[in-house]
Amino acid sequence: MRRIAERHINETTKPAKEISRAARYAWITGVGSASLYMLLFAYSDLILRMAKATLHGDKGLFFVPILIAFAFSFVHGAFTGHFWEALGLKPKQRKQA
Amino acid sequence: MAEINFLELNTLTVALLFLVGFIGGMVSGFIGSGGAFVLTPAMMSLGAPAIVAVASNMAHKFPKALVGSIKRAKYGQVDVKLGVIMGIFAEVGVFVGKGVMTDIRVKFGDTGTDLYVSVVFIVVLAIVGGFVLRDAWRSRHDDTDSLAEHKTPRLARWVQSINIPGTMVSFRALNNKKVSVLFIAPLGFATGMLAASIAVGGFIGVPAMIYVLGVPALMASATELVVAFVMGMGGSLFYAWDGFVDIRLSLIILAGSLFGVQLGAIGTTYVKDYMVKMIMGSIMIIVLFSRFFKLPVYLSDMQIIATISATTANLLSNISFATLALALLFGAASILFALFTGINKDKKERAVLAASQAAELERERKEKAALAVALADA
Repeated sequence: MRRIAERHINETTKPAKEISRAARYAWITGVGSASLYMLLFAYSDLILRMAKATLHGDKGLFFVPILIAFAFSFVHGAFTGHFWEALGLKPKQRKQA
Repeated sequence: MAEINFLELNTLTVALLFLVGFIGGMVSGFIGSGGAFVLTPAMMSLGAPAIVAVASNMAHKFPKALVGSIKRAKYGQVDVKLGVIMGIFAEVGVFVGKGVMTDIRVKFGDTGTDLYVSVVFIVVLAIVGGFVLRDAWRSRHDDTDSLAEHKTPRLARWVQSINIPGTMVSFRALNNKKVSVLFIAPLGFATGMLAASIAVGGFIGVPAMIYVLGVPALMASATELVVAFVMGMGGSLFYAWDGFVDIRLSLIILAGSLFGVQLGAIGTTYVKDYMVKMIMGSIMIIVLFSRFFKLPVYLSDMQIIATISATTANLLSNISFATLALALLFGAASILFALFTGINKDKKERAVLAASQAAELERERKEKAALAVALADA
């Protein structure tokens, strides 16, 4: 009986714990993502100059936009995942899982 | 090299790009592709040169596909090996497709390219979209909820039965059955060709995986994200080499699309296999109609039919763009509806389970109390 009660308590309290953990991660990664976007706007002129230099034949930094895209995809991707989870939007737990 | 005018960013532009990115991302996360057919014209109408719009769209597509595929891999829906193999052949298709587009532009000008793109759109979407919708409608009562219960189509059973020594590879998406790479190569190539022409390679890649290889629809749409990543990464490097990528534009769209792609991916865990086909097929048919509205404009420009007035041409162009936006909005609304209906159903099931557990607990408590009373009486 105790086992059943424990299982019942775990079942009802687990989502709330998971949401608060997701909210904490969402805040951390959200600050990281916002910082990256602030840097992007602060240095947007430099980024445009780099693109124009590449266009005019200076290929030394052509890969920079790709690296920037990767950095944003990891930080902002982690943020958006935790954001929805913190709002309670989580994948369905499949029966066979 | 001629000077390129990169887009001036203001609050409205940023908000619009974010919103279209979000909606496009949601559709991609769910059906494996989409968004590009609205994003590229949207960026161009905001003032970005065509080449910058295409390049920046591609540079936002590969990180979005990466995040989407990682998310869906966590749900066990991705076959990385199949995605990478198809992606490599798709890359070849992209380069050939670009060559074809360039040749047509040289011979017939921009209108010739537009006409070619529209005809490809109409032919491919009418055949594939119609087939996908018909199949979705037929299997709407099919209660397939797990990937293992998927029924293999007849053509796929034949493809899986062919053994060509030295070319056979086993795939997780096919329950480790082997398929010849010689069958995958043309499918990947066609996906790339379509991606280079109409920016939505997934409209051929996903149905090809489902009906030719026998991959379940949920897994095909997830694996398409790997194909899109491989293809988009190569294309982005190609455009970045020429300096056409406006990474600011890409990252603003990415800001919205990563919210969307996560939501679309979560949505797939609440729907049955046929729902992916139903939404994908419907989007394809709506997009097809958008091209129909534009067709008379191109035919008139090329003087194949009688010249139509500038007002009529403008009206048809606006209706065409509005229909494209409708396709995207329809997709997003269907996904949100499926997601929230699924969540509510899941919550109700959990509530019933919790209630039955509580009842069981209460029954055991009563039994114990009765036993204690009986023992005390004895």
